Amino acid sequence: MTTAGVAAEHLEHALHDDRPFIRKYVFSTDHKIIGIQFLFLSLFFLLVGGVLAMVIRWQLGFPGKAMPLPGAWPSTMAPDGVVLPEFYTALVTMHGTFMVFFAIMPLLVGVFANYLIPLKIGAPDMAFPRLNMWSFWLMIPAGALMVAGFFVEGGAASSGWTGYAPLSANPEYTGATYGQQLWCLSLIVFALSSLLGSVNYITTVVNLRAPGMTWFRLPLSIWALFITAILALLAVPILAGALIMLLFDVVLHTNFFLPAGGGQPLMWQHLFWFFGHPEVYILILPAMGIASDLIANGSRKPIFGYHSMVYAICGIAFLGWVVWGHHMFQSGMNPRLGTTFMVSTMFIAVPSAIKVFNWMGTMWRGNIHFTTPMLNGIAFVAMFTIGGLSGIFMAATPADMYIHDTYYIVAHIHYVLFGGSLFAIFGGIYFWFPKMFGKMMSERLGKIHFALTFVAYNLTFFPMHILGIGGHMRRIYDPSQYEFLRPLQPMNEFISLSAFALFISQLPFIWNFFHSLFWGKKADINPWHDNGLEWTAPSPPPHGNFETTPTVYHGPYEFSRPDMEQDYLPQNQPLPAPQPVAH
Amino acid sequence: MSHAATHTIEHAEEGLGVYTQKLGMWVFLCSEVMFFTALIGSYIILRWGSAESWPVPAETLNIPVTALNTFILICSSVSMVKAYAAAVHDDQRGLKRWLLTTVLGGATFVGVQAYEYIHLIGKGFLPSSGLFGSTFYTMTGFHGFHVTCGVISMAYCTLRAFRGKYAGGNFHGIETVGLYWHFVDLVWIILFTIVYLF
Repeated sequence: MTTAGVAAEHLEHALHDDRPFIRKYVFSTDHKIIGIQFLFLSLFFLLVGGVLAMVIRWQLGFPGKAMPLPGAWPSTMAPDGVVLPEFYTALVTMHGTFMVFFAIMPLLVGVFANYLIPLKIGAPDMAFPRLNMWSFWLMIPAGALMVAGFFVEGGAASSGWTGYAPLSANPEYTGATYGQQLWCLSLIVFALSSLLGSVNYITTVVNLRAPGMTWFRLPLSIWALFITAILALLAVPILAGALIMLLFDVVLHTNFFLPAGGGQPLMWQHLFWFFGHPEVYILILPAMGIASDLIANGSRKPIFGYHSMVYAICGIAFLGWVVWGHHMFQSGMNPRLGTTFMVSTMFIAVPSAIKVFNWMGTMWRGNIHFTTPMLNGIAFVAMFTIGGLSGIFMAATPADMYIHDTYYIVAHIHYVLFGGSLFAIFGGIYFWFPKMFGKMMSERLGKIHFALTFVAYNLTFFPMHILGIGGHMRRIYDPSQYEFLRPLQPMNEFISLSAFALFISQLPFIWNFFHSLFWGKKADINPWHDNGLEWTAPSPPPHGNFETTPTVYHGPYEFSRPDMEQDYLPQNQPLPAPQPVAH
Repeated sequence: MSHAATHTIEHAEEGLGVYTQKLGMWVFLCSEVMFFTALIGSYIILRWGSAESWPVPAETLNIPVTALNTFILICSSVSMVKAYAAAVHDDQRGLKRWLLTTVLGGATFVGVQAYEYIHLIGKGFLPSSGLFGSTFYTMTGFHGFHVTCGVISMAYCTLRAFRGKYAGGNFHGIETVGLYWHFVDLVWIILFTIVYLF
């Protein structure tokens, strides 16, 4: 048989879908199903993290007062509805852990990398579909171990999401012996899942691009996800190594981080942030890539400075490795190092600013369509800019001495992680939902959700800057115990009420999501008139994605060409022949 | 890693010119380098970054036995190269023989390490025995775990070789596992040097 004949037979086999239900939707090796599985899982954890945040906000806004349904709370956590101090520290720890590792990171990488990479590069699936399936199914035990922390003796881990030693290394300090062990184990399993995903994403982008899909014709979302996969590949094993040492300190009584046995607590901080700072970019780069795609589409214009966008992603990723010390200015490390880390951190402002100006340049005089994805994309740029600017204050050692470990930091992290990443994620979900499920989400509900979230979000997090400047510490159980914080208590109350409003603002999204899933308007093949290859496959695409391997003729941002009537040109259609110039 | 579990497309855009399984293994090994860097880097900081004196390894550890064990592991790397060459030249008898040799070499290494652990624990040298015990057991333990995984995957390859799955110059699986095996060897040479000899 000829090669072409074998290929055709293989394709027919791939597209003809007679797999049983369990192979198709449960233990599936199809990257699209795995992406959707990640979507449901991480949205669930986003909700869990959100609920924990509500309890935190209740305690901060109304310290010592009973929560609603006082009888329903377990007496080990909140007897008669009043949050216990040790439960509060567990809440702060688990909120951070769930949001970073089980909500935002899998939403960006698990969902969008899995779903978009093969579709956008014109591949039938990932390079290693079975490893990809394992990557998802390892997240289930990882999540279960983390949740289990709440139900063991001593409660969930209470040493903060950063797990600083020696607080985390000696169970006597927090009392959460089993909780801390489960936290370590869960994150080790998570690291394994992340590793399998990264190997897949990198190999797939390098080796499985469709003919004509050269490196500089890749959509920026794919560039960002590719660079992110490299960061995760190299950073997460550092966390795994540190977690293993921490776990051994707790279980086997080794002495890595315990000064009594000669260990060095500061080494935990170095290891954690050597992972942790690349992790920060793992959480924002894919959002930047998604926002680039959304903004070019919503502005009906080619992205401004495509090449500089790619180099900026690479620059941010590289600089991300040499700035970890800016988390440790106050840790007691050699102060001379502070200046080095301050300078390297300031450098990151350059590629970040290039990206922000390029997004504005893309929108400038564009034919802007204010769709829900576009609105979320614009919000991403605005909120990321505020978060980026507040970051520069903390990068400067003299300013950081004052705002370190205050609510200013809390405001900053939420401006980049919620205002940045999460708005891009919402935009991405609205944008690719039609491709994922073959149904449109309601634009009206989408805009209501966007407007409510945007307002409530800013009311919640902006005042935190002011609290921080006022000296309000983060992770504090009861701010009213300090005389100097008492005048700030009305602001705390206001923030809590805004946070509850922010939580309620997500109801239209949940309703919209599930209602559209079943009763939404049927989606066309290309509802947003976009150029990516995923929009040339049916909605939803079948197993194997494309009927024939697409050929790519140009980059993904050919919008509003002056020589064409139609304002978009999918990547699998050749550019129009140049017209002879009339003299 | 079987063929059915990987995807390739016809006439793809040029990647790195490396087949998918091999590329995947290289990418995976980059991650492994970072994992061992975390453990070995911590060891270096804990040992040479503090003013306290470090115990002399030879007083606790049996250097000659481990040196012999190191030699066995290096030999198994050589036999892995032989197995790969046999697979490329479609020499099925040679492939089976050299794969079996490699599995035996790897299994011997793990066996000697287990014996070493039992002996040391019997002497009262535990993970809780100061920083030396902490770092020794963590680093050699995770290396031993990697060797064990290698032995299991090579035993699987040997089984497939006996079933003729690598006939006709189908060497990809052997080369991919071989890459992992050489990496594990390399890590051991570093560990042996800095933990036992220094």
